[in-house]
Amino acid sequence: MSQPQENQLASIADCRRDFPALHQQVHGHPLAFLDSAASAQQPESVIEAVARYQQRDHANVHRGVYTLSHRATEAYEGARDKIRSFINAANRREVILTSGTTESINLVAQSYCRPLLQPGDEILITHMEHHANIVPWQLVCEQTGAVVVAAPINDAGELDIDAFDQLLSERTRLVAVAHVSNALGTVNPVEELISRAQARDIPVLLDGAQGVPHMSVDVRALGCDFYAFSAHKMFGPTGTGVLFGKEALLEDMPPYQGGGDMILEVSFDGTTYNELPYKFEAGTPNISGVIGLGAAIDYLLSVGMDNVAQHETQLLDYMMQQLGDIDGMRLIGTAGSKASVQSFLVDDIHPHDLGTILDHQGVAIRTGHHCAMPVMDYFGVPGTARASVALYNNRGDIDQLVDAIRKAQQIFS
Amino acid sequence: MNAIDINHDGELRDLYRELILDHARNPRHFHKIDDATHTAEGINPLCGDKLRLYAKVDGDVITEASFEGSGCAISVASASLMTDLVTGLSVHRALGCFAEITGRLTNPDHHVGQDIGVNLDKLRALDGVRDYPSRVKCATLAWHALNSAVTGQSQPVSTE
Ligand SMILES: Cc1ncc(COP(=O)(O)O)c(C=O)c1O
Repeated sequence: MSQPQENQLASIADCRRDFPALHQQVHGHPLAFLDSAASAQQPESVIEAVARYQQRDHANVHRGVYTLSHRATEAYEGARDKIRSFINAANRREVILTSGTTESINLVAQSYCRPLLQPGDEILITHMEHHANIVPWQLVCEQTGAVVVAAPINDAGELDIDAFDQLLSERTRLVAVAHVSNALGTVNPVEELISRAQARDIPVLLDGAQGVPHMSVDVRALGCDFYAFSAHKMFGPTGTGVLFGKEALLEDMPPYQGGGDMILEVSFDGTTYNELPYKFEAGTPNISGVIGLGAAIDYLLSVGMDNVAQHETQLLDYMMQQLGDIDGMRLIGTAGSKASVQSFLVDDIHPHDLGTILDHQGVAIRTGHHCAMPVMDYFGVPGTARASVALYNNRGDIDQLVDAIRKAQQIFS
Repeated sequence: MNAIDINHDGELRDLYRELILDHARNPRHFHKIDDATHTAEGINPLCGDKLRLYAKVDGDVITEASFEGSGCAISVASASLMTDLVTGLSVHRALGCFAEITGRLTNPDHHVGQDIGVNLDKLRALDGVRDYPSRVKCATLAWHALNSAVTGQSQPVSTE
C-alpha cells in the first residue's frame, strides 16, 4: 500500500455528500463552509446516532437496572472505548469525558496545578494560545501566587524553540501548548517540546482542539501527560470533549467537581471517591454528545486520518497560493508546518466587513480575534479574517472564497 | 461559476451604500478634543471595534463632538455621521436621536416616535444593517458611547 492516494482521495471527495448542512444555498449561492476551525459540520451518521439514542435508548447512565439504561450506558461507555483507541491511550481510565477543551484545561488547572503551585512557580505557555489555554492558568495563578510565562513567536507565527527552552526553569510546574494554533494554523513541534520539558521532569499538556480533527494523534507516541480536545471540531456534537491524562497523574489528583457518579460512598463523616475515570465525571453527563462523538470517530476512521491529513494539506497549499495571488493580500500565519487554517487581511478592509460581504456570496469564514488576542497584538491587528478547511472542503470552495474577496475589493475600491 | 447575482449584489449595496463608504474612508470629526467636557469609550468585542467619543457641552448644547479609534466600515461611518449630526444639538435632542436610531435599527416594529425635531434622513443610510443582526451593534456603538458620555457613566460601554 505505498500509493493509496489516487483512489482514496477520490473517496475523500465523496465525503461531502455525507454532510447534509453543506448542501444548501446561502444568499442565492452554494454554501462554501470554511469555518470548521470554529465548529465543524456533522455527517449524517453522527446525526443519526444521536437521533437513534434520543428516540430509543435515552435513560440515565450507570444507574438504572432496566433495559434502556443498560443500552444508554453501553453506548456511552462504548464511545469511551472508541476514544481510547482513537488516541491510543493505554486504558479507558485515562479518558475523562468533559464538556470540551475548555473544561478539560480548567480541570487540569484546578485539580492538578492548584494543590501543587507555590508562589513564584511558573506555568509555561506560548504566545499563540487560545484564551482557553491562557485564562485557566491565570486563574490558578491568582489563587496560588504562581505566574504564567509565555514563550515568544516569530513573524511566520512559529514558536521560538530556543526561547522556549530557556524559559523552562526550576520553577516551571507545567507546560501547556497548542498542538495546532487556531489563529495561525501553526503545527507546533510538540515531540521536541515534550522531550525538552520531560528531560526536566516537567509535565506537558497539549491543547489538541485543532489537532485531532486534522491528523492522527497517538498520545502514547507523543508521550504528553495531558491532551485536551472537543467533539464539535471533529464532526461531533457541541458540549462534549475529552481530557486524556496519564493514569499515574490522574490517580493523585483530587476530584474537580463534586456530585453524583463521582463517589463510591457518601456519609456526613466523609466521602470516598469513585475510581478513574468517574472520579472526574460528576453529575449526569452529556450522554447524547458522547455517543455522537463515538460516531464521529467511526466516521473519521472510515475515511482514514492519513487521507484526511493529506487531502487537507493539499487544499491548504492551494488556498495559501490562491490567496497569495490577490493584490493587497496579507497572509498572517506562514509557518513551515501548518494545518487547516489561514488568517489574512485584504487591503484595509476591516475583517468584519469582509465577513459580511463573503457571507453574501455563500462563503462562511470567521472574522475577529479568534479568542487569541495576544496573537492579534503580536501582529498589530485588531483581528483577521480566517478560512479553515476540513475533510469535506474542495478547490471549488477556495475558488468561491477568492472570487468573493475580489468582489469585496471592488466594493471598497 | 460565481458570477455575482445582481439582486444579491443590490442587497450588499444596500448595506455598503456610497454614503457609508464615503464616511468610512474619510471619517468626519475624527480627532481628539483636548478640552472635552464629556468622553466615553465604546467597545464591540465581537469585531474589535474600539472608539473614544469626545463631546464639548456648553450649557445644554453639544458645541462639538468627535471620535477616535478603529473599527469596521459600519461603525466608523456611523460615528462619523453621528458626530456630524449632534454638533449644535441640545443634549436632550441628541438623546432623543439616540433613542430613535437604536429603536429603528433594533426593533422591527419600531414606529417613528414623537417628532424630535431633528432631520434623521441621512441616517437612513444605516438602515441596511437591520438585516444583519451581528452588524447592528457596529452601527449603534457610537450612539451608545455618546449616551454614556453625556449621561456621565464612566464605564466603557460594550455592545456585546
Ligand atoms: C486551540 C483551541 N483551544 C481551545 C478551544 C476551546 O474549545 P471549546 O470551546 O470547544 O472548549 C478552541 C476552540 O475554539 C481552540 O481552537
